[in-house]
Amino acid sequence: MTASETLVATGNRAHSHGPGSPVPLQARNERPTSYDVADFAVPNGREEEWRFTPVKALKALFADEAGTETPKIDASGPDGVVFETVAADSLKVGKPQDRSAAVAWNHAAEALAVRIPVEAELIEPVHVNVASLGARGFSHLIVDAGRHSRATVIIDHTGAGELGSNVEIVAGDGAELRVVSIQQADHESIHLAQHDALVGRDAKLHHVVVTLGGKVVRIATNVRYAGPGGDAELLGVYFAESGQHHENRLFVDHEATHCKSNVLYKGALAGDNARSVWIGDVLIRAAAEGTDTFELNRNLVLTDGARADSVPNLEIETGEIEGAGHASATGRFDDEQLFYLQARGIPEDAARRLVVSGFFNDIIGKIGVPEVAEHLHEVIEEKLARAAELSASAKAVIGQ
Amino acid sequence: MATLEIRDLHVSVDTENGPKQILRGVNLTISGGQTHAIMGPNGSGKSTLAYSIAGHPKYNITSGTVTLDGEDVLDMTVDERARAGLFLAMQYPVEVPGVSVANFLRTAKTAIDGEAPKLRTWVKDVNTALADLEMDPEFAQRNVNEGFSGGEKKRHEIVQLELLKPKIAILDETDSGLDIDALKVVSTGVNRFASQGDKGVLLITHYTRILRYIKPDFVHVFVDGRVAEEGGPELAEELEANGYERFLKAGAK
Repeated sequence: MTASETLVATGNRAHSHGPGSPVPLQARNERPTSYDVADFAVPNGREEEWRFTPVKALKALFADEAGTETPKIDASGPDGVVFETVAADSLKVGKPQDRSAAVAWNHAAEALAVRIPVEAELIEPVHVNVASLGARGFSHLIVDAGRHSRATVIIDHTGAGELGSNVEIVAGDGAELRVVSIQQADHESIHLAQHDALVGRDAKLHHVVVTLGGKVVRIATNVRYAGPGGDAELLGVYFAESGQHHENRLFVDHEATHCKSNVLYKGALAGDNARSVWIGDVLIRAAAEGTDTFELNRNLVLTDGARADSVPNLEIETGEIEGAGHASATGRFDDEQLFYLQARGIPEDAARRLVVSGFFNDIIGKIGVPEVAEHLHEVIEEKLARAAELSASAKAVIGQ
Repeated sequence: MATLEIRDLHVSVDTENGPKQILRGVNLTISGGQTHAIMGPNGSGKSTLAYSIAGHPKYNITSGTVTLDGEDVLDMTVDERARAGLFLAMQYPVEVPGVSVANFLRTAKTAIDGEAPKLRTWVKDVNTALADLEMDPEFAQRNVNEGFSGGEKKRHEIVQLELLKPKIAILDETDSGLDIDALKVVSTGVNRFASQGDKGVLLITHYTRILRYIKPDFVHVFVDGRVAEEGGPELAEELEANGYERFLKAGAK
């Protein structure tokens, strides 16, 4: 995090990842995955995949024990969508990559499968609400979009408690599937999740992670391709306030030929100990000729005392690709923008709102679901109003 | 008719080696209907004067006063100064990603007027202002100054001047970096603003070139943080012929 903005855009050139962000020694595809909790030690915070995470706060979701509640799950959608309750291990597109995902896999009593039939075109979104009820629970969702189907599935996480979850996503051949996962449980809640997506031949997956609530929210999203021509757009929006930790870890595994991935995550941070972590791993395997990938993370630090970590990693095993790059930029709120807007008569608080909504504008436009965009605008306004109150009261204290 | 009065203005900036005095007692009165040119060599404090009047937080006013129609400008926030009728066209207009020119202009106009402009006439006004500055209407949909060329940024400043209708406009090196065609377009815009009769213009420039297109009523030569000499348009002609040498020697005494 620096006062001025740094932008690193790369192709295949050697380049610095900045201090404090070493490229891990272990290749990304060598990380262990297992359905057995015992294969993962309880994290102590020194592991590569946990070193940015406040593991002490997560003990309840590392314990190999049944939940103390079953989260309340409500699902609804337009005609055509099919909801089914199935065994957690009925699909196995996902495979836990860490302790908390393995615990959730084994202790979610069953999975809710959302099935979009072959060639179904659903205009209205499917809604799934996962509500924590104040205790420790687990959820497991399967979103299975049939060949040549089109659908949008919004998974909304609300309530209060500690939630471990797995989400498995299949976009069948030629399907266009949009999955939006919103994390907005209360500010004391913990949520650890793993999403695994399999993108079919010529399928298009839009995967959107919106994190607004929670004390610690960590979402690991893994994308693989089942055949050539797959396209994954992975979007994320987060806004961490004082005491919130918002973490996103992505792994795009290119093995099929002529597939695309485009990652764009944007976050704002305001308040003491507001914290964000973004890890973007992309692996282009030797067989994945014709791959086209780009990932970008941008963070806007609005106040002192907040911290954003951003680590893009790109491993390339073949030169026969269309393009590969990544960029990461973390900037402080630009006072010159504020001055410019104020010099045109716009009051300071309105000017701040304008700059921040401008920062998020492009990504909110790409989400492509009007109800989510509208909700995001509202919550961002609320968060900015709280940040403005905090800074006003801080100024008042200094002035005394 | 508006009057901006600057009296004995002293301004410093904070540097690693402590505060550095930049303005050392500036006196200037700009009334509606007048165009003033401030000319001076690099580092003489011209831009500092502009930004100090607009209220940029980097500049510390150590003494002196600035009033607009008797109201204390230095006591106002940056946005209050703009709403009181001051406008600063910046030398380096700032990019605001994700905020469209249309949204920006409407938000600014609403803030200045205290009410939202009437939609139908407003869209027409924006398009007219863009056309007057020879800017394509699609600029309204672009993000503020993002990807604009130097000339486009300066024209966009004058578009704002035309739409926001301040009492006093301060133009900070609006001519720098413009090719001759853009300079003519921008100058025409400034003249259109000034010709309304009740508007004051303070034109800050390093070069005499723009004074072929914008005729000042008063010329002030700025050296070492204060006005070294004042006169009419003939002073600009002398500077065109002889440069700043005479004043720099005087300042070095």
